[in-house]
Amino acid sequence: MNSIDYIRPTTVDEAVSLLAKYKEKARVLAGGTDLIVQMRGGRYQLDAVIDGKHIEELNQLTYSKENGLVIGAAVPCHKIYGDENIASAYPGIMDSATLIGGIQIQGRASLGGNLMNAAPSADAIPALIAHNAVANIVGANGTRSVPVEDICSGPGRTTLDTGEILVSISVPAPSKGFGARYIRFIPRNEMDIAVAGAGVSVQLKNGKIEAARVALSSVAPTPLFVENAGNSLVGKEPSDENIQAAANLAKEAATPITDMRGTVEFRKHLCEVLTRRALHTAVERAREEN
Amino acid sequence: MTTTYEPNKVLSNEEFKVVGTRPIRPDGADKVTGRAQYGADYNPADLLYAKVLRSPHAHARIKSINVSKAESLKGVLAVVTGADTIAPKKGESADFGLGPQPMKYLRDNAIATDKVLYQGHAVAAVAAQDVHTAEEAVNLIEVEYEVLEPVLTAPEAMAKTAPILHPDLTTDEFGNSNVADHFQHKMGDIDKGFAEADVIVEREFDTATVHQGYIEPCNVTALWNDDDRIHVWLSTQGPFQYRDALALALDIPQSRVKVTPMEIGGGFGGKFPLYHELAAVLLSRKTRRPVKIVMTRAEVFGGTGPTSGSNVKVKMGATKDGRIVAAKTELRFEAGAYPGSPVGAAGMTSFAAYDIPNVIVDGYDVVVNKPKAGAYRAPGAPNAAFGIEQVIDELSKEIGVDPVEFRLQNCAKEGTRRADGPIHPKVGGIETLEALRDHDHYQSPLTPAKNGGKVGRGVAFGFWFNAGLQSTATISVNGDGTVNLVEGSPDIGGSRASISMQAAEVLGISADEVKPKVADTDSIGFSFGTGGSRTTFATGWAAYEAANDVKSQLIERAATIWGVDPNSVEMEEGVLRSKTDTELSMTFKELSAQLNDTGGPIIGRGSVNPAGVGGAFAANIVDTEIDPETGKVDILRFTMVQDAGKAIHPSYVEGQMQGASVQGIGWALNEEYYYSEKGTIDNSSFLDYRMPTSLDLPMIDTVIVEVANPGHPYGVRGVGEVSLITPQAGIANAITDAVGVRLESMPMKPSVVLDAINNQG
Repeated sequence: MNSIDYIRPTTVDEAVSLLAKYKEKARVLAGGTDLIVQMRGGRYQLDAVIDGKHIEELNQLTYSKENGLVIGAAVPCHKIYGDENIASAYPGIMDSATLIGGIQIQGRASLGGNLMNAAPSADAIPALIAHNAVANIVGANGTRSVPVEDICSGPGRTTLDTGEILVSISVPAPSKGFGARYIRFIPRNEMDIAVAGAGVSVQLKNGKIEAARVALSSVAPTPLFVENAGNSLVGKEPSDENIQAAANLAKEAATPITDMRGTVEFRKHLCEVLTRRALHTAVERAREEN
Repeated sequence: MTTTYEPNKVLSNEEFKVVGTRPIRPDGADKVTGRAQYGADYNPADLLYAKVLRSPHAHARIKSINVSKAESLKGVLAVVTGADTIAPKKGESADFGLGPQPMKYLRDNAIATDKVLYQGHAVAAVAAQDVHTAEEAVNLIEVEYEVLEPVLTAPEAMAKTAPILHPDLTTDEFGNSNVADHFQHKMGDIDKGFAEADVIVEREFDTATVHQGYIEPCNVTALWNDDDRIHVWLSTQGPFQYRDALALALDIPQSRVKVTPMEIGGGFGGKFPLYHELAAVLLSRKTRRPVKIVMTRAEVFGGTGPTSGSNVKVKMGATKDGRIVAAKTELRFEAGAYPGSPVGAAGMTSFAAYDIPNVIVDGYDVVVNKPKAGAYRAPGAPNAAFGIEQVIDELSKEIGVDPVEFRLQNCAKEGTRRADGPIHPKVGGIETLEALRDHDHYQSPLTPAKNGGKVGRGVAFGFWFNAGLQSTATISVNGDGTVNLVEGSPDIGGSRASISMQAAEVLGISADEVKPKVADTDSIGFSFGTGGSRTTFATGWAAYEAANDVKSQLIERAATIWGVDPNSVEMEEGVLRSKTDTELSMTFKELSAQLNDTGGPIIGRGSVNPAGVGGAFAANIVDTEIDPETGKVDILRFTMVQDAGKAIHPSYVEGQMQGASVQGIGWALNEEYYYSEKGTIDNSSFLDYRMPTSLDLPMIDTVIVEVANPGHPYGVRGVGEVSLITPQAGIANAITDAVGVRLESMPMKPSVVLDAINNQG
């Protein structure tokens, strides 16, 4: 292992100019729960680690019923679920934040890091997609905002350009009748990687589904936004049959691989089970909101 | 989940002052403060760090190794390869708990010479000034391989067309093949037995390779000193076996090797064999500086000895009135890359819990392209019991008798002959099953489902013979009435406490007045390693002998001081007194203060090679919940019952039973080496090698049954292993009870359980 530079910028501009200097030989450190393990495992040959934890914008955590939620890219999970208002307004994100790793991991791990790590199995990404979250990215050419479902481009790869940094994630404020849920299947009860996962949301109005979103983890090269599964529910009642039909669409959309965590058949099957179960819970939560 | 605590069932009549109590452990303070010295904590002056280059291939011929780039890297002090080892003499062998194994194989496993036989097989090692330089340097070693086809399971390796691992491995029956051994145990007339049976069940089972999963990775620091004496510090279960094997591998006398066993963070049988230690010693020989190697977790999975995957065929027959009349099994065990799986022990114990008149056991030891199997807690027995205890469950269901009553009716007892020959002495199988039957868990209705799944209950029963073997201990008396106890058995499961307590009982002092120490191999007589559930039994007995030696010398000394005949003096509960003169009395403490001035210090010695080993039985009850849509199995309630003979320190006996139960649950549900088609391990981390976490487990209830072993002064049997034999089959039986399907392969992971449910008739 070669020696590397550890740099602790305090502004986004400083971080961007460091990224411009080191290019692909640098990675941004948030919680480090993926990055440090991967570095030790030899996945990267880096010249620099740029610590984002001392940049104000990466540490912001603001919420209001009017403007929604902004989560700085380095905010650890425990701060998010430790805020009662955020926890009750964003149930799907809370599901993710409380099951990533274990309690010790959640003291460090960030949703921004989870997104930038771009693992197909990322537990936060399907819930963020379900909640219509947007990633706020800064680079040498300025700021842009991108829907979370357009961020991942392959296992460990994102659509960010070299030199760009994720600053925060914005999530719109849910309105009445909104419910969301993320569940995953793991063989154990904690400290595991999803064999498959489903993040869903529904917006109910007058007993019918006005909008719905479905996203899956661990069943494609990236977290998978299954737009047609959510759309299939629009304008319909949240009945068992309609939910089952949406779950079947999720299963059809999945293109998993066989590995030590599960087979293609098992994972596709789980997409149906998990989407169905998640949608039922999301509907229950949406009704509680009324 | 249940948190009830059942008091121990005590079936021993004898009461003791210290034995059977729960004092604080002598190593507690150092362990909880972090002061305890583990191998990785040992950093002598001038230390070098080494890394091992390991084979990326499961099966390949080494065509060439070029170390010149590694040697020329700045900071590199030495490189060793198989060429630096000494060819062992023919016939030399060493025993690491699975019987004697030829030194050639042990050496080749430590550093490959001509072929690599598994991914992770050590090929070379580099010593450098720091670990990062060593890491960089091993990657500069150029090895040219001729990659060969791997073979990964015993049935595949036994096929006529299978690739051959060892061109020199031959048997009379198979010629040159991958079969290293075939044995048969036979009793009665198997055909007659099956002819008498009203019900016959026949099934075939497969189990995956699993690792012991000790938390502390293997580590070693070796110094080849300038006087050509070698000192090795490491995490080992068997320092003397280790010393002797190293001496053989280096072709030097034993006395030139000194092994200091450090504290151990788990072993379970896996910390006996020679792994990277030979490389560390050879690197130190070249550099004359201490060399340290600490494995990564991936190296532990790939480069140490897990336990065998296996293929087990079972056929058993019973009469309508519930008598098992015939039992047959074929055990095909993966030895890993070199001969020596635990199939022998599996063969000896497979039907040993029962009284069956007609038995045939066939065992095959088969080499495959996986790490050489090591011992793991009752080695081999869980593999066989996974199949046999399911077949017994099925027989009981077909006959329509309660599975515990069925086992009781057929249980082995004193006088029952095992198929491999020995006759059971006094054993506690019946008492164990009765305690299980009468337990609140078995008498209670099924635990309700937590998540709306299907719930079922299973039981299983198992036997393990335990080991005796040699142990030594010495005791020296301090002037304040305490004693120092020196012994040679590394303490993995609280044995310093359980050994001290046996000495304290003899001397009539409290447990904390005995200060135990596990010594290095220069400082105590030969002691076989900590394994085979033998340490509290045999080393405890050596301490008992040493304490009695001290006691008789104390009596003599008191008699000298008093000027009376030693035969007229007795020592009871720590007080010496004349049998005839009530005026003459003093405590052990009073006498100890006078020793130096009345003839000098007193030391006692004990050395044993005991014959009276007591076999042990265990049985468990488990309630499971199965999610029929995902195949996930949750353990709702779990009770383990075990015959300890006599529980010297009941808390540590319970700890052994709970630990074994948890390992059994992991083995049953998720643990496995997941291999690619190329024979490489895809899951060599604790993330993907799924041992249970605390959230996957209920409180493990324990019941200690005490049917005293007449072969030990305090009735001790052995407690470290037998509880690992039953959980796997117990869980399989509970799954069957819940969803009506038989699980014929381990692990019973969600996808396997779901497939079984979906393929149901």
